Amino acid sequence: MKLIEVKQVGKQYGDNIVLERLDFSVEAGEFCTMVGTSGCGKTTFLRMLLGEETPSRGQILLDGKPLPDEPGEDRGVVFQRYSVFPHLTVVDNVMLGAELKSSRWIGKSFGARREVIRREAKELLDAVGLGHALSRYPAELSGGMQQRLAIAQALIMKPRVLLLDEPFGALDPGIRADMHHLVLKLWRETGVTVFMITHDLKEGFSLGTRLMVFDKIRRDAQAPNAYGATITYDLPLKHADQSTQDSIASEVAQTSMLLAGAK
Amino acid sequence: MRLINLSPSKPLAAVLGLLPFIVLLLIYLNASDARLAENPNDKLLPGLTAMVDSVQRLGFTEDVRSGDYLLWSDTQASLKRLATGLGVSAGLALMVGILLGTLPYFRALAGPIVAAISMVPPMAILPILFIVFGLGELSKVVLIVIGTAPVMIRDMAQRVLDMPREQFIKLQTLGGNSWHLMLRVVLPQLLPRLLAALRLSLGAAWLFLIAAEAIASTDGLGYRIFLVRRYLAMDVILPYVVWITLLAWLMDIGLRVLSRKMFPWFHGQQEGEA
Repeated sequence: MKLIEVKQVGKQYGDNIVLERLDFSVEAGEFCTMVGTSGCGKTTFLRMLLGEETPSRGQILLDGKPLPDEPGEDRGVVFQRYSVFPHLTVVDNVMLGAELKSSRWIGKSFGARREVIRREAKELLDAVGLGHALSRYPAELSGGMQQRLAIAQALIMKPRVLLLDEPFGALDPGIRADMHHLVLKLWRETGVTVFMITHDLKEGFSLGTRLMVFDKIRRDAQAPNAYGATITYDLPLKHADQSTQDSIASEVAQTSMLLAGAK
Repeated sequence: MRLINLSPSKPLAAVLGLLPFIVLLLIYLNASDARLAENPNDKLLPGLTAMVDSVQRLGFTEDVRSGDYLLWSDTQASLKRLATGLGVSAGLALMVGILLGTLPYFRALAGPIVAAISMVPPMAILPILFIVFGLGELSKVVLIVIGTAPVMIRDMAQRVLDMPREQFIKLQTLGGNSWHLMLRVVLPQLLPRLLAALRLSLGAAWLFLIAAEAIASTDGLGYRIFLVRRYLAMDVILPYVVWITLLAWLMDIGLRVLSRKMFPWFHGQQEGEA
């Protein structure tokens, strides 16, 4: 079953063409990693999936219906920073989504209803390894723990799609490896469809079932923004060999140098 | 060692902090002694005994005419006006600030008028307030509100705009609507910032309070100071000024302590960033 269909999607801001001719579909339960140099529209594409931006051309379908123009509870998100609410404790952060659903007017639950939600939140926090830090505030957590919290917070909504925007970009390599295990475990358990942006090609190859490379095919040194980026490789990950990985690395590096020169 | 790398120990810092106060007091006492030696009836720099007498008379003996203890009834009247004015300002700042910061349509509608009103010099419209609201309590409170609310409203709106947009997106992915965003994300994060804004507004609030009381009032700290000015009663004015300063200082500390008690997450976060 096709969960997401991207049909001839392009995005431009004024004369600056960011993305062009994106055309693919994603099955439910896939784990797509998106790599490419900065300025190649990965984040723009993620924002379009999120509903924060709308495509300039083409359309994106979710379950066969056009995506709404604003974020919604079927698409969870974890950003690199600022994903959790600083004024709520760890457990309150995770409970928030469920509380909003249970109480339309004040967005806060009480009594038995609250206990049920709290138990659910606690289970999720145990699963991400934060069961011991329920009443701490995010500022008291390390970067890795904050990202674990953000993942638990998103999962309580049982989203169809989980969007991760360089979620581990600010973390130390050792912690990053732990986070990879955690994300893969949760992905297998929940069956959620994951889109993850990463800077790190190796991370892109080792995680997930499908790798998408965002890159510019047509590079014009005089006008680097005249052509947009598109998906240059769309690989099922089992078949990617070392030479493919190397040629992707060198192509991405070329675009990166071009864009850096343009600045 | 370089001067920038030398810092005093805690007790030394306390002594250093007290030093200017002591120096100021000594200079005053010396000058006062010198003038009183020349003319024992000098009113300009009264000695400590004269001031203690005044405080005794105003604070701890009944006024013959009204039966009140004047220092306390003045304090009560002034604080009531100050608290009402600042309370209304804080309420307005929260409500309008949240709407301005979260709703682009409201910002387009009300942003320019709030910016314009905040530029009106409050003292210039004091006569209008007296004409419209009369000489009673209302016009004094309104002056404090007009003097402090616009700045606080703009501050609150800016604080909302400064919040990471990621939070706004995140709440929507958790199924929240605009109302949820204001109630569960913006409002709680704004409260400690409101207390900070209140602390900064205390100075302006006192200024407008004293000004209003000086011009049209029958009680209050500002009224008393301007009343006894006619008799050059420095022995009353100086203790009153010290008392007002002390009150303002205590309010500032009170708000700071309150903020630390109520919003530990806010202060932990600030220290983490610093």
